[in-house]
Amino acid sequence: MWTWFHRLASPPTFYRFAERLAPWLLVPGLLLIGIAVWQGLFVAPADYQQGDAFRIIYVHVPAAALSLSIYTAMSVAGAIALIWRMKLAEVAVVTAAPIGASFTALALVTGMLWGKPTWGTYWDWDARLTSELVLLFLYLGVIGLHQAYADPRTAARACAWLALVGVVNVPIVHFSVQWWNSLHQGSTILSAEAIANPKMAPEMLKPLLMSMAGCYLFFGAVWLRRMQNGVLLRERRAKWVREMVLPALPADLPNARPPAGGPGTARRGDRA
Amino acid sequence: MSAAIAVFRRELRIALRRRAEWAQPLVFYGIVALLFPLGIAPESPALKVFAPAIVWVGALLAALLGVERLFRSDLDDGSLEQMLIAEVPLALLIAAKLAAQWLLTAAPLVLVSPLLGYGLGLDTGPVVILFWSLLLGTPTLVFTGGFAAALTVGAPRAGLMLPILVLPLMTPAVIFGGGAVRAAVAGLPPDAPLYFLGALLALSLTLLPMAAAGALRNAMG
Amino acid sequence: MSRLEVQQLVVSRGDRVVLEGLSFSVANGEVLHILGRNGAGKTSLLEVLCGLRRADSGRIDPQPESRQRHWIGHKNALNPTLSALENLHFWAALNGERLDDPRAALSAVGLQKAQQNRPSGQLSTGQKRRAALARLVAVPRPWWFLDEPLAGLDVQGLALFADLLGRHAAGGGAVLVTSHQPLPGTLPTLRHLDLSPAA
Repeated sequence: MWTWFHRLASPPTFYRFAERLAPWLLVPGLLLIGIAVWQGLFVAPADYQQGDAFRIIYVHVPAAALSLSIYTAMSVAGAIALIWRMKLAEVAVVTAAPIGASFTALALVTGMLWGKPTWGTYWDWDARLTSELVLLFLYLGVIGLHQAYADPRTAARACAWLALVGVVNVPIVHFSVQWWNSLHQGSTILSAEAIANPKMAPEMLKPLLMSMAGCYLFFGAVWLRRMQNGVLLRERRAKWVREMVLPALPADLPNARPPAGGPGTARRGDRA
Repeated sequence: MSAAIAVFRRELRIALRRRAEWAQPLVFYGIVALLFPLGIAPESPALKVFAPAIVWVGALLAALLGVERLFRSDLDDGSLEQMLIAEVPLALLIAAKLAAQWLLTAAPLVLVSPLLGYGLGLDTGPVVILFWSLLLGTPTLVFTGGFAAALTVGAPRAGLMLPILVLPLMTPAVIFGGGAVRAAVAGLPPDAPLYFLGALLALSLTLLPMAAAGALRNAMG
Repeated sequence: MSRLEVQQLVVSRGDRVVLEGLSFSVANGEVLHILGRNGAGKTSLLEVLCGLRRADSGRIDPQPESRQRHWIGHKNALNPTLSALENLHFWAALNGERLDDPRAALSAVGLQKAQQNRPSGQLSTGQKRRAALARLVAVPRPWWFLDEPLAGLDVQGLALFADLLGRHAAGGGAVLVTSHQPLPGTLPTLRHLDLSPAA
């Protein structure tokens, strides 16, 4: 297991691995999301209190769950990058941030749209909304910090530090707002009591779980693809990139093939 | 330890010779606190409601003001290199630097905060809590700012980034700080938010210098 | 530590490899003049040896200890608000060193008393360089890592530096120095290390 993990950390191995794995996540993910949307919109009955407005749950809840999961994953990758100086983990940190920011924004927007018909207001400063907003800013911070540095390694490791400090921050923000007395409804599915004694009708719950799983798979596929790109960009001078990737490109693509003897040799005095 | 004391004393000495620079946050703080009542209408009862937020956000902005140049001068003149390779742990030196920064920029704010509180129409009880909340909370603000400054010190384009990095990290301190004063205004016991501020303080004093040291080393290498 | 051994050192800056498997050694009493055009990795090499930068791979045996080496980089490490004397005091305190006679050290590098007390931001480029070099005199350490120490020095400054270097090497110390110009004075144990690629 450990050696497998170690081998995977080498960029070419990872690249090949991701190339094979990504479609297996993407296709079922999109399929699940598709079925969930269809069932959620047409099959599931309307809520007796919220009417049809509740159907936004099938977008909102997965997006909110992913926004937190991605940040956690990002900070774990950050810790790995800082402790073991693993290049792949550095790439993982910076490539996760834009996806996470998108899901966070989606969760915020759908939450606001949902809030209007149910609570009568688009926005309320309750614990989840506030911490979600802070989370969005943390993501934007990581994205901005990444662009502030010219050197990709320095940039990625700075992002890793920020992700680590941020991951301590999010729960603090969450609980600090909580004693403001939350308006947000409690989590309906994620507690032992709720699973034993479900509050949600099964025909409502099933599409939600499918949509959740679909979104996680979709995220996995997108993250892998983005990491592949990140690895390629980082390793563009390495031999394996030339051997593996360039032959796949059409020959007449401008700049596709670097001048002979160019990359890979890492010329000294490049910028002299 | 003597190295940390040397860093601390050096900061004070430099500040003493550049008084105008260090007075800026205080003046800024005063102006912010002055503008709010003018914006709200001075005799409005709303002022009292907003007072905790005004004082706390003012403190936050003032803390932000001084943070950007925290490591800049040492980076430019090469002193930072010497600190990086000295025998003492970098985190300790950073902690000393931030302690000096707090004493220079935040401690005066804490001291004048009762005046501002009275000026904004608070009673003595809440003013005392305001003082304590700032005393407990401002070091957290300064240390958080120090971490963000360390993250961006090597990046030429990071000046504008700093508020985006700092403000989300500072929200808990503002929530508890403002919350303590609000509780006091409402006649509720402010102990709980003050304890939370204390916990945040302990967390930031111990962890943030280390994170800042790591970020600084990364930004320099 | 009587000998510094560097083996197969690989150092990169960003995605550019600046040193590709560099090996050399320096012994006590030697002066190693590191040459090479801009971007050849001279500064990077010294930074790695001093612990300011990380090598990708390779061995440095032994890595010089903090209290055993002087590092004087491109920048003088002088706060412009503080005087040369105060800067020297701070540097010593930072490193846990005791200064016996800091004024004598500053005088030895040719800074008069008035110049020692003036805010160092007001000194000339050469005077600042001298104030940085005063650390070498004030606190004896066996290993010197100097990055372009001659920049900004006048004729007297060069002579003074030559004298410092000669006495340090004669006393059994080692020097690794980068410089675009030839080192002044006659150094019997001078060696060269050229980092320019053998095109």
